[in-house]
Amino acid sequence: MPLLLLISIILYWILSNAPGGPLAPYLQNPHITAADIERLKHNFGLDQPLPIRYLRWLGMVARGDLGYSTSNSETVVQAILERLPATLLLTGTSFALSLLIGVSIGIFAAVKPYSPLDYTVTTLAFFGQSMPVFWFALMLQLAFAVTGVTAFGYHFALPSAGISSTDEFDFGDRIEHLILPTIVLSLVYIATWSRFTRSSMLEVVRTDYMRTAAAKGLDKLTIILRHGLKNALIPVVTVVALSLPGLFAGAVITETIFAWPGMGRLFFNALGQFDFSLLMGYLLIVSFLVVFFNLLADVAYAWLDPRVKYD
Amino acid sequence: MATTVAPGPIAIPATDDDVRIERHGVWKRFRRHRLALVGAVVIALVTIVAFSAKLLAPADPNFIDQANWSGYPLAPGVAHHILGTDENGRDLLSRLMYGGQISLTVAFFAVLMELSIGTVIGAISGYYGGWIDYVLMRITDVFLSIPLLPLLLVLTAIVAASSNKAALGFGVIVVIIGGTSWPAVARLVRASFLSLREKEFCEAARALGNRDGRIIFRHLLPNAVAPIIVQGTLEVANVIILESTLSFLGFGIQPPTASWGNMLANAESNMAIAPWVAIFPGLCILVTVLAINYLGDGLRDAIDPNMK
Repeated sequence: MPLLLLISIILYWILSNAPGGPLAPYLQNPHITAADIERLKHNFGLDQPLPIRYLRWLGMVARGDLGYSTSNSETVVQAILERLPATLLLTGTSFALSLLIGVSIGIFAAVKPYSPLDYTVTTLAFFGQSMPVFWFALMLQLAFAVTGVTAFGYHFALPSAGISSTDEFDFGDRIEHLILPTIVLSLVYIATWSRFTRSSMLEVVRTDYMRTAAAKGLDKLTIILRHGLKNALIPVVTVVALSLPGLFAGAVITETIFAWPGMGRLFFNALGQFDFSLLMGYLLIVSFLVVFFNLLADVAYAWLDPRVKYD
Repeated sequence: MATTVAPGPIAIPATDDDVRIERHGVWKRFRRHRLALVGAVVIALVTIVAFSAKLLAPADPNFIDQANWSGYPLAPGVAHHILGTDENGRDLLSRLMYGGQISLTVAFFAVLMELSIGTVIGAISGYYGGWIDYVLMRITDVFLSIPLLPLLLVLTAIVAASSNKAALGFGVIVVIIGGTSWPAVARLVRASFLSLREKEFCEAARALGNRDGRIIFRHLLPNAVAPIIVQGTLEVANVIILESTLSFLGFGIQPPTASWGNMLANAESNMAIAPWVAIFPGLCILVTVLAINYLGDGLRDAIDPNMK
């Protein structure tokens, strides 16, 4: 809680350095004179010193009011709630996909270390971590949307922008629009999580209880899945929880490039006009998620591993 | 022990292989890491080519080839443009070289700044402990909790709104990236200092009447430098990606100055007719970042085999 307050203070201080602060959009409007600005400032209480303005704003936030978004002509809470489902759909799909693929190829690599499969996985993980996300997005658009792919006598082309091509909801169409952004958003996480699972699993494979399990004559699959995976996944859970907020932040690039109508794109569009309340609201929510998932990771860690004790 | 790595409990070598590695020290272990060596060579090549752009580049990066250009990007090979031209008829290869200069310099100075801030904060925090440590670490927590890319975008947007986008020059980008990405380094240095300050040699230095500043920088810091170097190397890769992302989104290095990121900004609209404009700058980023990551990985294994 004190950390959240400190975050909000620093964010508020940083953002009020923008010329005009919350009034920035009006500064560019030729119909509004300097006198109008002064009057607006007074009306909004912006002629008050910074700490008082902050406390007022904090009081508003405590009542669940994040202010009015000038670039969207609606309240910030409304604007974000409208975009939330699209963002959750994209990040949720990417999360599930990354977890499934990342963890399973990590296990495969660790079971047969230094095999060709292991080398392939490790190399791909390095590529995934080194890939500039936005360029990867462009290349996928180039390959699958601009030119399209011809295989087995069929010509495929995937949509490169938006969330649907029709007004009415169509499941197949929605999936088609999801494919490219999901792959782009998942790449980094598949890469890091598979590397992490691999090294965690490699450590577990060497332990005594794994040898005991093997000595008992259990079959390999049971050993790996029941005895190994359970222990190997403990540190993975922490890493996954800690990178979840990053998934939201990473969605800024993906949503912008694929014109996905989510929170990330909302944030990016608010930058140009410097929509104070919206930027402040977005940063606050995302930082809150980080703190929340940090806490969750700690709790999960202690719960999964009884050896861990917190004072 | 022949190694000069940080003092501490010495691991008992388990096999003959380990003994052999240990005897020959850091350089030997690094040399065994072939991909890291390849990475180092690639980085050297990229750097040399980018910084001899004045000698090697076939054209001025902002020169528009009006004799041949007719409004569309020229394909690779046409009119002596080895990699073609961009949508404004400027030689792509030349822009890649000059863009590389910008991207590499931004990364170098931003990481230098990041390491300096992080080291000083981490060192003071770890050495003094107590309320100083508490205050500094809470500030570090704040910066760790705000996702970096949105924060960078907001900061650059503030600069852009204060004057205009042209103000987003080289120095501003360096300061913004360097000033926000130091917390990881600070945590790392603090952890080393927490254990180092309890060591006998630190006690000895204190007993001799050295001032705190001297103990921190002359006695403790040299023992904490190995993980800082590894972290710094990997951070160069991160910063290259960050800078190119900002530039791509229009909040980084501003045109007409070329950077690998902003060269991709307009590539999307012409992708159907001129894919090369979109392919080459990204390839440069990918290859450089990959090489740095492999180098960092190799350095980490060489300097401290027990570190993860």
